Amino acid sequence: MGYTITEKILLAHTDLQNIQAGQLINARVDIALGNDITAPIAIKEFRKAGGKKVFDKEKVALVLDHFTPNKDINSAMQCKFVREFALEQNVTHFYEGGNVGVEHALLPEAGIVLPGDLVIGADSHTCTYGGLGAFATGVGSTDFAAAMLIGELWFKVPESMKFIISGSLQKWVSGKDLILHIIGRIGVDGALYKAMEFTGETIGILPMADRLSMANMAIEAGAKNGIFPPDEITREYVEKRAKRKYTFYSSDGDAEYCDVIEIDAGKIEPQVAFPHLPSNVKGISAAGNVKIDQSLIGSCTNGRIEDLRIAARILKGRKAAAYVRLIVVPATPAIYRQALQEGLLETFLDAGAIISPPSCGACLGGHMGILAEGERAIATTNRNFVGRMGHPKSEVYLANPAICAASAVLGRIASPAELA
Amino acid sequence: MIYQGRVWKFGDNIDTDAIIPARYLNTSDPGELAAHCMEDADPGFVGKIKAGDIILGGENFGCGSSREHAPIAIKAAGISCVIAKSFARIFYRNAFNMGLPIFESAELFAAIKDSEELTIDSTSGTITVAGGNKTFRINPIPPFMEQLIADGGLMKHIMHK
Ligand code: SF4
Repeated sequence: MGYTITEKILLAHTDLQNIQAGQLINARVDIALGNDITAPIAIKEFRKAGGKKVFDKEKVALVLDHFTPNKDINSAMQCKFVREFALEQNVTHFYEGGNVGVEHALLPEAGIVLPGDLVIGADSHTCTYGGLGAFATGVGSTDFAAAMLIGELWFKVPESMKFIISGSLQKWVSGKDLILHIIGRIGVDGALYKAMEFTGETIGILPMADRLSMANMAIEAGAKNGIFPPDEITREYVEKRAKRKYTFYSSDGDAEYCDVIEIDAGKIEPQVAFPHLPSNVKGISAAGNVKIDQSLIGSCTNGRIEDLRIAARILKGRKAAAYVRLIVVPATPAIYRQALQEGLLETFLDAGAIISPPSCGACLGGHMGILAEGERAIATTNRNFVGRMGHPKSEVYLANPAICAASAVLGRIASPAELA
Repeated sequence: MIYQGRVWKFGDNIDTDAIIPARYLNTSDPGELAAHCMEDADPGFVGKIKAGDIILGGENFGCGSSREHAPIAIKAAGISCVIAKSFARIFYRNAFNMGLPIFESAELFAAIKDSEELTIDSTSGTITVAGGNKTFRINPIPPFMEQLIADGGLMKHIMHK
């Protein structure tokens, strides 16, 4: 019996001869990530266990992106605590201030995570790097502490679900819509403990930004990881960024899957996830008349330059509706600069947008875009749980950047097709 | 181990934003986190519970963020253990790694009402409902997880090795 790409990557990080789904293994970690919320607990655990030196300073990434620029004294203290640890340990991949970007946009962009890697992060959206053909999964702070200490961690080898996606995408449909559609179909625990492997002709030509945004939301279906077989599109993305060797793995023809789901992408229209679950999905034509108070374009799901270009195309020469706060968050400093050079930021300013520094900020209801009681936001982010972006009686609707831009202009959830 | 207390029953997909909202994540102090435990699922929760009480959840308990603040808040609030039909995988890892006992049982969720008193004996694998004659078996904890708990969590486990 052959192996899936997930099994192959896990096996390559052990000393075992073979591997099978359900097995508990210890595996070596290529990159271990923490942020300003999760790293403080991990560092305390690391010290409590008598940790003096991290296992490899090149393999630890600390990104202060959640409550930064520091929103209050407590968050400043958390950042200071992590910074002092990063300095003491001389951690190579430490990001804060003007260098910081949203971690899951930053690490692929900087070539820190690469195809074939085994990546763990004390952040649930670590699964994003599956877009590159890496095994990447979110863990807790204690796991991160253990990985910093000994460079390996326990895993249960997941069963894999295969998604075969074919057909050409309709106008304004992106990877975000494919993954929302899939979550709507299988539910928020439809892939619990499993690997989601994305294949098929549509995936073969899907740009890297879309792959990353799909893998990002695998956790929203309960999955352990999402993964895309690496190909020429992957090579083009990583070869100019990688500073170390990387490996392309692919699933064997006779690999075992617990489920195979075929999807006709041509039938999918832009999707909107209604409150309060990412699986509560409707096609845009069935959205009805939902007035909004805020539109957020950004996050590790859709804050890349490709996303900003789409939004700018729709916002060019138009304005956000009165009383709608349009917030644009370029996910990294490089994306910010690129958007500046391409004139996108001017388009956003002309449309009445607030341009936020790269930060998680509003996405998790942290700061810089909190919702009041009864308010509604449409967002390119990945979660719409109760209270996610502010007051427990506020609402979040998830969609792609085109829908969020058009909705900002019309003041209600709408498709760009209505603007023609 | 014996865990004993009143059951607080919740529905499916209780997410980490409901267990401990992000607005309180500017600290990792267990006491401060405990004060807001389950706030967005049941605003008065912390004021109502007694030490030893038990949370009973439906499917996919603890979905969402990787924040260990969620099991920390539950543990520090005095909850002795969590039972659910199923757990989201990062929450599952975190609970074992930090020594919060959790048990999976779909049968129990259907049979137990809010506010019933339970006694859980994790060694013999039985759950008894007070004042009645209902007894349930719980799925045994996988041996590796048992070892984690016996060692006092993941960090002690790896130091132990
Ligand atoms: S942008 Fe949002 S989902 Fe992504 S890492 Fe930040 S808080 Fe988490």
